[in-house]
Amino acid sequence: MHRTGENRMNATPVEESLREAAAGAIADGTVGVVIGYGHEAGSDVATPLFARTPEQARGLVFDATCVGNLAIYLPKPEVRALGRTGLVVKGCDLRAVNVLLREHVIEREDVFLIGVRCAGVCEPPLHKCTVCPVHDPSGCDVTLGDSVEQPTADASRANALVAEMEAKSIEERWEFWKRQMTKCVRCYACRQVCPLCYCKRCIVEKTTPQWVETSPHLRGNLAWNVVRAFHLTGRCVGCGECERVCPVDIPLGLLNQKMAGLMEQWFDFQSGLAPDEQAPFTTWDPNDPEEGIL
Amino acid sequence: MTEKKTTAAQRDGTDWQPRIVAFLCNWCSYAGADLAGMSRNDYPAAIKIVRLPCSGRVDPMFVLKSFERGADMVLVSGCHPGDCHYSSGNYHARRKLPAFRELLGFMGIDPRRFKISWVSAAEGNKWSSLVADITEEAYALGPFQEFPKCTAPEKTG
Repeated sequence: MHRTGENRMNATPVEESLREAAAGAIADGTVGVVIGYGHEAGSDVATPLFARTPEQARGLVFDATCVGNLAIYLPKPEVRALGRTGLVVKGCDLRAVNVLLREHVIEREDVFLIGVRCAGVCEPPLHKCTVCPVHDPSGCDVTLGDSVEQPTADASRANALVAEMEAKSIEERWEFWKRQMTKCVRCYACRQVCPLCYCKRCIVEKTTPQWVETSPHLRGNLAWNVVRAFHLTGRCVGCGECERVCPVDIPLGLLNQKMAGLMEQWFDFQSGLAPDEQAPFTTWDPNDPEEGIL
Repeated sequence: MTEKKTTAAQRDGTDWQPRIVAFLCNWCSYAGADLAGMSRNDYPAAIKIVRLPCSGRVDPMFVLKSFERGADMVLVSGCHPGDCHYSSGNYHARRKLPAFRELLGFMGIDPRRFKISWVSAAEGNKWSSLVADITEEAYALGPFQEFPKCTAPEKTG
Protein backbone atom coordinates (compact mmCIF):
# COMPACT_ATOMS: atom_id res chain seq x y z
CA MET A 1 0.00 0.00 0.00
CA HIS A 2 2.70 2.44 1.00
CA ARG A 3 4.01 4.40 -1.88
CA THR A 4 7.34 5.76 -0.82
CA GLY A 5 8.77 8.99 -2.05
CA GLU A 6 11.49 7.16 -3.91
CA ASN A 7 8.85 6.04 -6.36
CA ARG A 8 7.39 9.47 -6.66
CA MET A 9 8.72 11.26 -9.67
CA ASN A 10 9.67 14.91 -9.74
CA ALA A 11 10.09 15.82 -6.11
CA THR A 12 9.67 19.57 -5.77
CA PRO A 13 12.57 21.68 -4.44
CA VAL A 14 10.73 22.05 -1.12
CA GLU A 15 10.36 18.30 -0.86
CA GLU A 16 14.04 17.80 -1.66
CA SER A 17 15.11 20.17 1.11
CA LEU A 18 12.51 18.67 3.47
CA ARG A 19 13.82 15.15 2.90
CA GLU A 20 17.38 16.35 3.30
CA ALA A 21 16.64 18.17 6.57
CA ALA A 22 14.69 15.22 7.97
CA ALA A 23 17.25 12.61 6.91
CA GLY A 24 20.04 14.74 8.37
CA ALA A 25 18.28 15.17 11.71
CA ILE A 26 17.64 11.44 11.95
CA ALA A 27 21.16 10.49 10.84
CA ASP A 28 22.93 12.72 13.35
CA GLY A 29 20.68 11.62 16.20
CA THR A 30 18.99 14.98 16.70
CA VAL A 31 15.63 13.22 16.60
CA GLY A 32 14.34 9.69 16.96
CA VAL A 33 11.54 10.17 14.48
CA VAL A 34 10.37 12.74 11.98
CA ILE A 35 6.62 12.98 11.57
CA GLY A 36 5.63 14.45 8.24
CA TYR A 37 3.36 13.80 5.31
CA GLY A 38 3.52 10.90 2.90
CA HIS A 39 1.45 9.71 0.00
CA GLU A 40 -0.71 6.65 0.15
CA ALA A 41 -2.49 5.25 -2.87
CA GLY A 42 -6.22 5.75 -2.67
CA SER A 43 -6.12 8.65 -0.22
CA ASP A 44 -6.82 12.10 -1.56
CA VAL A 45 -5.13 13.75 1.40
CA ALA A 46 -1.54 13.17 2.46
CA THR A 47 -1.25 10.65 5.27
CA PRO A 48 1.08 10.92 8.27
CA LEU A 49 4.51 9.44 7.72
CA PHE A 50 6.75 8.42 10.60
CA ALA A 51 10.32 8.39 9.37
CA ARG A 52 12.77 6.66 11.69
CA THR A 53 15.59 6.13 9.22
CA PRO A 54 17.10 8.49 6.63
CA GLU A 55 15.75 6.15 3.93
CA GLN A 56 12.21 6.45 5.25
CA ALA A 57 12.61 10.22 5.19
CA ARG A 58 12.86 9.94 1.39
CA GLY A 59 9.10 9.34 1.46
CA LEU A 60 8.25 12.76 2.82
CA VAL A 61 6.13 14.97 0.60
CA PHE A 62 4.75 18.48 0.82
CA ASP A 63 1.98 19.66 -1.46
CA ALA A 64 -1.59 20.90 -1.47
CA THR A 65 -2.87 17.62 -0.05
CA CYS A 66 -0.98 18.11 3.24
CA VAL A 67 -4.07 19.19 5.13
CA GLY A 68 -3.76 17.35 8.44
CA ASN A 69 -2.42 18.85 11.65
CA LEU A 70 0.38 16.59 12.83
CA ALA A 71 0.76 18.36 16.18
CA ILE A 72 -1.81 15.83 17.43
CA TYR A 73 1.03 13.30 17.84
CA LEU A 74 3.26 15.39 20.10
CA PRO A 75 1.65 14.68 23.50
CA LYS A 76 1.15 10.95 22.88
CA PRO A 77 3.34 8.75 25.12
CA GLU A 78 3.76 6.10 22.40
CA VAL A 79 5.20 8.77 20.10
CA ARG A 80 7.42 10.27 22.77
CA ALA A 81 8.81 6.79 23.41
CA LEU A 82 10.39 6.96 19.94
CA GLY A 83 12.77 9.67 21.13
CA ARG A 84 12.86 13.36 20.43
CA THR A 85 10.20 14.19 17.88
CA GLY A 86 10.89 15.99 14.61
CA LEU A 87 7.69 17.51 13.30
CA VAL A 88 6.87 18.97 9.90
CA VAL A 89 4.68 22.03 10.52
CA LYS A 90 2.80 24.52 8.42
CA GLY A 91 2.02 27.88 9.99
CA CYS A 92 -1.37 26.70 11.26
CA ASP A 93 0.14 23.57 12.78
CA LEU A 94 2.80 25.66 14.48
CA ARG A 95 0.03 27.57 16.24
CA ALA A 96 -1.16 24.30 17.77
CA VAL A 97 2.41 23.48 18.82
CA ASN A 98 2.62 26.92 20.44
CA VAL A 99 -0.48 26.18 22.52
CA LEU A 100 0.97 22.83 23.60
CA LEU A 101 4.15 24.67 24.63
CA ARG A 102 2.25 27.39 26.45
CA GLU A 103 0.25 24.76 28.34
CA HIS A 104 3.47 22.85 29.15
CA VAL A 105 2.17 19.66 27.59
CA ILE A 106 5.48 19.51 25.78
CA GLU A 107 8.64 21.49 26.27
CA ARG A 108 10.55 23.17 23.46
CA GLU A 109 13.54 20.85 23.74
CA ASP A 110 11.26 17.81 23.24
CA VAL A 111 10.58 18.79 19.64
CA PHE A 112 12.56 19.62 16.54
CA LEU A 113 10.35 21.76 14.34
CA ILE A 114 10.73 21.66 10.58
CA GLY A 115 8.64 24.59 9.39
CA VAL A 116 7.46 24.77 5.82
CA ARG A 117 6.23 28.05 4.38
CA CYS A 118 2.77 27.52 3.00
CA ALA A 119 0.41 29.74 1.07
CA GLY A 120 -2.53 27.45 1.68
CA VAL A 121 -3.51 23.85 1.09
CA CYS A 122 -6.28 22.27 -0.98
CA GLU A 123 -7.69 23.39 -4.30
CA PRO A 124 -9.52 25.75 -3.91
CA PRO A 125 -7.78 26.87 -0.69
CA LEU A 126 -9.61 26.18 2.57
CA HIS A 127 -11.33 29.04 4.37
CA LYS A 128 -8.69 28.86 7.12
CA CYS A 129 -5.95 29.30 4.52
CA THR A 130 -7.52 32.37 2.95
CA VAL A 131 -7.51 34.11 6.35
CA CYS A 132 -4.35 32.50 7.75
CA PRO A 133 -2.11 34.95 9.66
CA VAL A 134 0.98 32.68 9.67
CA HIS A 135 1.95 31.63 6.18
CA ASP A 136 5.55 31.83 7.36
CA PRO A 137 6.12 29.74 10.52
CA SER A 138 8.60 31.50 12.79
CA GLY A 139 10.49 30.03 15.72
CA CYS A 140 11.13 26.67 14.06
CA ASP A 141 14.50 24.92 14.15
CA VAL A 142 14.56 24.82 10.35
CA THR A 143 12.32 26.73 7.98
CA LEU A 144 12.01 25.61 4.39
CA GLY A 145 10.36 26.75 1.21
CA ASP A 146 10.21 29.94 -0.78
CA SER A 147 9.00 33.01 1.04
CA VAL A 148 5.26 33.45 0.83
CA GLU A 149 3.46 36.75 0.68
CA GLN A 150 1.46 37.35 3.84
CA PRO A 151 -1.85 39.03 3.05
CA THR A 152 -2.92 41.70 5.51
CA ALA A 153 -5.36 40.47 8.08
CA ASP A 154 -8.99 41.06 7.21
CA ALA A 155 -11.13 40.48 10.30
CA SER A 156 -14.40 40.92 8.44
CA ARG A 157 -13.47 38.14 6.02
CA ALA A 158 -12.30 35.89 8.83
CA ASN A 159 -15.58 36.37 10.67
CA ALA A 160 -17.85 36.34 7.62
CA LEU A 161 -19.41 32.96 8.41
CA VAL A 162 -19.98 33.87 12.04
CA ALA A 163 -21.53 37.20 11.08
CA GLU A 164 -23.86 35.42 8.69
CA MET A 165 -25.08 33.17 11.49
CA GLU A 166 -25.43 36.06 13.91
CA ALA A 167 -27.60 37.93 11.43
CA LYS A 168 -30.24 35.24 11.89
CA SER A 169 -32.88 35.40 14.60
CA ILE A 170 -32.40 33.35 17.72
CA GLU A 171 -35.16 30.94 16.63
CA GLU A 172 -33.49 30.40 13.26
CA ARG A 173 -30.18 29.76 14.98
CA TRP A 174 -31.79 27.22 17.30
CA GLU A 175 -33.44 25.45 14.37
CA PHE A 176 -30.13 25.42 12.49
CA TRP A 177 -28.12 23.92 15.34
CA LYS A 178 -30.90 21.55 16.29
CA ARG A 179 -30.80 20.16 12.75
CA GLN A 180 -27.01 19.95 12.83
CA MET A 181 -26.69 18.42 16.28
CA THR A 182 -29.38 15.81 15.63
CA LYS A 183 -26.99 14.32 13.08
CA CYS A 184 -24.19 13.82 15.60
CA VAL A 185 -23.41 10.15 16.20
CA ARG A 186 -21.01 10.83 19.08
CA CYS A 187 -18.07 9.17 17.40
CA TYR A 188 -15.85 11.83 19.04
CA ALA A 189 -13.72 12.02 15.90
CA CYS A 190 -13.64 15.81 16.49
CA ARG A 191 -11.98 15.16 19.82
CA GLN A 192 -9.62 12.45 18.62
CA VAL A 193 -8.23 14.61 15.83
CA CYS A 194 -7.91 17.82 17.85
CA PRO A 195 -4.29 18.55 18.82
CA LEU A 196 -5.53 20.43 21.90
CA CYS A 197 -7.92 17.72 23.19
CA TYR A 198 -5.16 15.90 25.01
CA CYS A 199 -6.88 15.26 28.37
CA LYS A 200 -6.12 11.76 29.58
CA ARG A 201 -9.69 11.53 30.74
CA CYS A 202 -12.28 13.56 28.86
CA ILE A 203 -15.31 14.99 30.63
CA VAL A 204 -17.63 12.80 28.53
CA GLU A 205 -15.98 9.74 30.00
CA LYS A 206 -16.57 10.90 33.55
CA THR A 207 -19.60 9.14 34.96
CA THR A 208 -19.78 10.19 38.61
CA PRO A 209 -21.50 12.50 38.01
CA GLN A 210 -22.29 12.09 34.35
CA TRP A 211 -21.96 15.63 33.04
CA VAL A 212 -22.63 14.83 29.42
CA GLU A 213 -25.28 12.32 28.43
CA THR A 214 -23.52 9.80 26.22
CA SER A 215 -26.38 8.49 24.11
CA PRO A 216 -26.66 10.20 20.73
CA HIS A 217 -29.84 12.18 21.22
CA LEU A 218 -30.13 15.89 20.67
CA ARG A 219 -29.82 16.93 24.32
CA GLY A 220 -26.63 14.96 24.90
CA ASN A 221 -25.26 16.00 21.51
CA LEU A 222 -25.82 19.65 22.33
CA ALA A 223 -24.12 19.27 25.69
CA TRP A 224 -21.14 17.53 24.11
CA ASN A 225 -20.68 20.10 21.38
CA VAL A 226 -21.15 23.04 23.75
CA VAL A 227 -18.58 21.66 26.15
CA ARG A 228 -16.17 20.86 23.31
CA ALA A 229 -16.42 24.38 21.94
CA PHE A 230 -16.06 25.93 25.37
CA HIS A 231 -13.05 23.85 26.40
CA LEU A 232 -11.36 25.14 23.26
CA THR A 233 -12.29 28.77 23.81
CA GLY A 234 -9.15 30.88 23.86
CA ARG A 235 -7.17 27.78 22.85
CA CYS A 236 -8.47 26.68 19.44
CA VAL A 237 -6.12 27.72 16.66
CA GLY A 238 -8.66 27.16 13.90
CA CYS A 239 -6.89 24.31 12.12
CA GLY A 240 -10.33 23.04 11.13
CA GLU A 241 -9.51 19.37 11.61
CA CYS A 242 -12.65 18.72 13.69
CA GLU A 243 -14.87 19.91 10.89
CA ARG A 244 -12.90 18.02 8.26
CA VAL A 245 -13.18 14.66 10.01
CA CYS A 246 -16.81 15.01 11.11
CA PRO A 247 -18.55 12.10 9.36
CA VAL A 248 -21.91 13.88 9.38
CA ASP A 249 -20.57 17.31 8.37
CA ILE A 250 -21.53 19.37 11.40
CA PRO A 251 -19.98 22.84 10.94
CA LEU A 252 -17.93 22.62 14.14
CA GLY A 253 -15.47 25.17 12.83
CA LEU A 254 -18.22 27.76 13.01
CA LEU A 255 -18.52 27.33 16.78
CA ASN A 256 -14.76 27.57 17.15
CA GLN A 257 -14.60 30.65 14.94
CA LYS A 258 -17.32 32.30 16.99
CA MET A 259 -15.39 31.81 20.21
CA ALA A 260 -12.03 32.72 18.66
CA GLY A 261 -13.59 35.91 17.29
CA LEU A 262 -14.96 36.70 20.73
CA MET A 263 -11.55 36.31 22.34
CA GLU A 264 -10.08 38.63 19.76
CA GLN A 265 -12.84 41.18 20.21
CA TRP A 266 -12.87 41.14 24.03
CA PHE A 267 -9.26 40.43 24.89
CA ASP A 268 -7.39 41.22 21.67
CA PHE A 269 -6.14 37.65 21.74
CA GLN A 270 -5.36 35.20 18.96
CA SER A 271 -4.40 31.76 20.13
CA GLY A 272 -1.10 30.12 19.21
CA LEU A 273 0.80 33.04 17.74
CA ALA A 274 3.58 32.71 20.33
CA PRO A 275 4.62 29.98 22.77
CA ASP A 276 4.72 32.35 25.75
CA GLU A 277 1.33 34.05 25.39
CA GLN A 278 -1.20 34.15 28.22
CA ALA A 279 -4.53 32.54 27.42
CA PRO A 280 -7.55 34.76 28.25
CA PHE A 281 -9.13 32.26 30.64
CA THR A 282 -5.96 31.81 32.65
CA THR A 283 -5.71 35.43 33.59
CA TRP A 284 -7.89 38.48 34.26
CA ASP A 285 -7.85 42.22 34.33
CA PRO A 286 -9.59 44.49 36.85
CA ASN A 287 -10.80 46.55 33.89
CA ASP A 288 -12.52 43.67 32.11
CA PRO A 289 -15.93 44.57 30.65
CA GLU A 290 -18.92 44.41 33.00
CA GLU A 291 -21.57 44.31 30.32
CA GLY A 292 -24.59 42.16 30.96
CA ILE A 293 -23.81 41.68 34.65
CA LEU A 294 -26.62 42.69 36.98
CA MET B 1 -43.92 40.91 44.96
CA THR B 2 -46.46 38.19 45.69
CA GLU B 3 -48.89 40.44 43.89
CA LYS B 4 -46.64 40.62 40.81
CA LYS B 5 -46.40 36.85 40.66
CA THR B 6 -50.15 36.41 40.81
CA THR B 7 -50.75 38.86 38.00
CA ALA B 8 -48.14 37.14 35.82
CA ALA B 9 -49.69 33.74 36.45
CA GLN B 10 -53.14 35.07 35.76
CA ARG B 11 -51.96 36.68 32.58
CA ASP B 12 -50.63 33.31 31.52
CA GLY B 13 -53.90 31.63 32.39
CA THR B 14 -52.04 28.73 34.04
CA ASP B 15 -50.56 28.04 37.43
CA TRP B 16 -47.10 27.56 35.88
CA GLN B 17 -44.23 28.94 37.94
CA PRO B 18 -40.72 29.42 36.60
CA ARG B 19 -37.85 27.46 38.11
CA ILE B 20 -34.74 29.54 38.60
CA VAL B 21 -31.53 27.87 39.71
CA ALA B 22 -29.11 30.22 41.44
CA PHE B 23 -25.45 29.46 42.10
CA LEU B 24 -24.33 31.77 44.89
CA CYS B 25 -20.90 32.34 46.30
CA ASN B 26 -20.63 31.51 49.96
CA TRP B 27 -19.03 34.78 51.00
CA CYS B 28 -21.11 37.54 49.43
CA SER B 29 -24.24 36.58 47.54
CA TYR B 30 -25.27 33.75 49.83
CA ALA B 31 -24.78 36.03 52.81
CA GLY B 32 -26.71 38.73 50.95
CA ALA B 33 -29.60 36.31 50.42
CA ASP B 34 -29.35 35.40 54.10
CA LEU B 35 -29.54 39.05 55.02
CA ALA B 36 -32.62 39.46 52.83
CA GLY B 37 -34.22 36.62 54.77
CA MET B 38 -33.18 37.97 58.16
CA SER B 39 -34.48 41.39 57.17
CA ARG B 40 -37.83 39.72 56.39
CA ASN B 41 -37.66 40.87 52.79
CA ASP B 42 -40.26 39.20 50.67
CA TYR B 43 -39.15 37.74 47.35
CA PRO B 44 -40.49 35.07 44.96
CA ALA B 45 -39.93 31.44 45.87
CA ALA B 46 -39.19 30.50 42.24
CA ILE B 47 -35.49 30.68 42.97
CA LYS B 48 -33.61 27.57 44.12
CA ILE B 49 -30.26 28.37 45.66
CA VAL B 50 -27.11 26.26 45.40
CA ARG B 51 -24.28 27.45 47.61
CA LEU B 52 -20.77 27.29 46.18
CA PRO B 53 -17.45 28.55 47.57
CA CYS B 54 -17.02 31.12 44.80
CA SER B 55 -18.52 32.34 41.54
CA GLY B 56 -15.23 31.22 39.99
CA ARG B 57 -16.22 27.67 40.94
CA VAL B 58 -19.12 27.75 38.49
CA ASP B 59 -18.38 25.42 35.63
CA PRO B 60 -20.51 26.18 32.57
CA MET B 61 -21.61 22.55 32.81
CA PHE B 62 -23.57 23.50 35.95
CA VAL B 63 -25.58 25.91 33.84
CA LEU B 64 -26.14 23.46 31.03
CA LYS B 65 -27.12 20.70 33.45
CA SER B 66 -29.65 22.98 35.12
CA PHE B 67 -31.27 23.69 31.77
CA GLU B 68 -31.26 20.00 30.90
CA ARG B 69 -33.06 19.21 34.14
CA GLY B 70 -35.76 21.78 33.55
CA ALA B 71 -34.54 25.13 34.85
CA ASP B 72 -36.20 28.07 33.11
CA MET B 73 -33.46 30.46 34.14
CA VAL B 74 -30.04 30.19 35.75
CA LEU B 75 -28.41 32.85 37.89
CA VAL B 76 -24.80 33.01 38.98
CA SER B 77 -24.05 35.56 41.67
CA GLY B 78 -20.81 36.41 43.38
CA CYS B 79 -18.88 39.14 45.15
CA HIS B 80 -18.37 42.50 43.50
CA PRO B 81 -15.08 42.76 41.59
CA GLY B 82 -12.31 43.44 44.06
CA ASP B 83 -14.16 41.77 46.94
CA CYS B 84 -13.50 38.11 46.19
CA HIS B 85 -12.66 36.06 49.26
CA TYR B 86 -10.08 34.26 47.11
CA SER B 87 -8.96 37.55 45.54
CA SER B 88 -9.59 36.66 41.89
CA GLY B 89 -12.32 34.02 41.57
CA ASN B 90 -14.96 36.49 40.43
CA TYR B 91 -12.54 38.07 37.94
CA HIS B 92 -12.17 34.66 36.32
CA ALA B 93 -15.94 34.20 36.37
CA ARG B 94 -16.31 37.60 34.73
CA ARG B 95 -14.32 36.35 31.73
CA LYS B 96 -15.66 32.81 31.50
CA LEU B 97 -19.37 33.15 32.13
CA PRO B 98 -20.23 35.99 29.72
CA ALA B 99 -18.28 34.09 27.03
CA PHE B 100 -20.38 31.05 27.79
CA ARG B 101 -23.51 33.13 27.47
CA GLU B 102 -22.34 34.27 24.04
CA LEU B 103 -21.87 30.65 23.01
CA LEU B 104 -25.39 29.77 24.19
CA GLY B 105 -26.82 32.69 22.23
CA PHE B 106 -24.89 31.71 19.13
CA MET B 107 -26.43 28.26 19.34
CA GLY B 108 -29.90 29.68 19.63
CA ILE B 109 -30.40 29.31 23.36
CA ASP B 110 -31.90 32.53 24.68
CA PRO B 111 -29.08 34.31 26.56
CA ARG B 112 -31.66 36.14 28.67
CA ARG B 113 -32.15 32.85 30.51
CA PHE B 114 -28.64 33.01 31.94
CA LYS B 115 -28.07 35.81 34.45
CA ILE B 116 -24.91 36.94 36.17
CA SER B 117 -24.91 39.36 39.09
CA TRP B 118 -22.78 40.74 41.89
CA VAL B 119 -24.51 40.89 45.26
CA SER B 120 -22.53 41.68 48.40
CA ALA B 121 -23.22 40.43 51.91
CA ALA B 122 -24.68 43.86 52.75
CA GLU B 123 -27.02 43.97 49.77
CA GLY B 124 -30.03 42.09 51.09
CA ASN B 125 -32.30 44.60 49.42
CA LYS B 126 -30.51 44.29 46.09
CA TRP B 127 -30.92 40.53 46.34
CA SER B 128 -34.67 40.62 46.94
CA SER B 129 -35.34 43.14 44.20
CA LEU B 130 -33.04 41.26 41.81
CA VAL B 131 -34.91 38.01 42.40
CA ALA B 132 -38.23 39.80 41.94
CA ASP B 133 -37.04 41.30 38.65
CA ILE B 134 -35.61 38.15 37.13
CA THR B 135 -38.62 36.11 38.26
CA GLU B 136 -40.84 38.58 36.47
CA GLU B 137 -38.63 38.23 33.39
CA ALA B 138 -38.77 34.42 33.66
CA TYR B 139 -42.57 34.65 33.65
CA ALA B 140 -42.41 36.81 30.56
CA LEU B 141 -40.04 34.40 28.79
CA GLY B 142 -42.27 31.45 29.65
CA PRO B 143 -41.27 27.82 30.14
CA PHE B 144 -37.91 26.82 28.66
CA GLN B 145 -38.88 23.63 26.95
CA GLU B 146 -36.28 23.33 24.22
CA PHE B 147 -33.69 21.67 26.38
CA PRO B 148 -35.59 19.20 28.53
CA LYS B 149 -37.76 18.31 25.54
CA CYS B 150 -34.97 17.21 23.25
CA THR B 151 -34.26 14.01 25.16
CA ALA B 152 -33.89 10.47 23.93
CA PRO B 153 -36.15 9.25 21.15
CA GLU B 154 -39.55 7.97 22.28
CA LYS B 155 -39.08 4.97 24.49
CA THR B 156 -40.78 1.82 23.32
CA GLY B 157 -42.16 -0.82 25.65
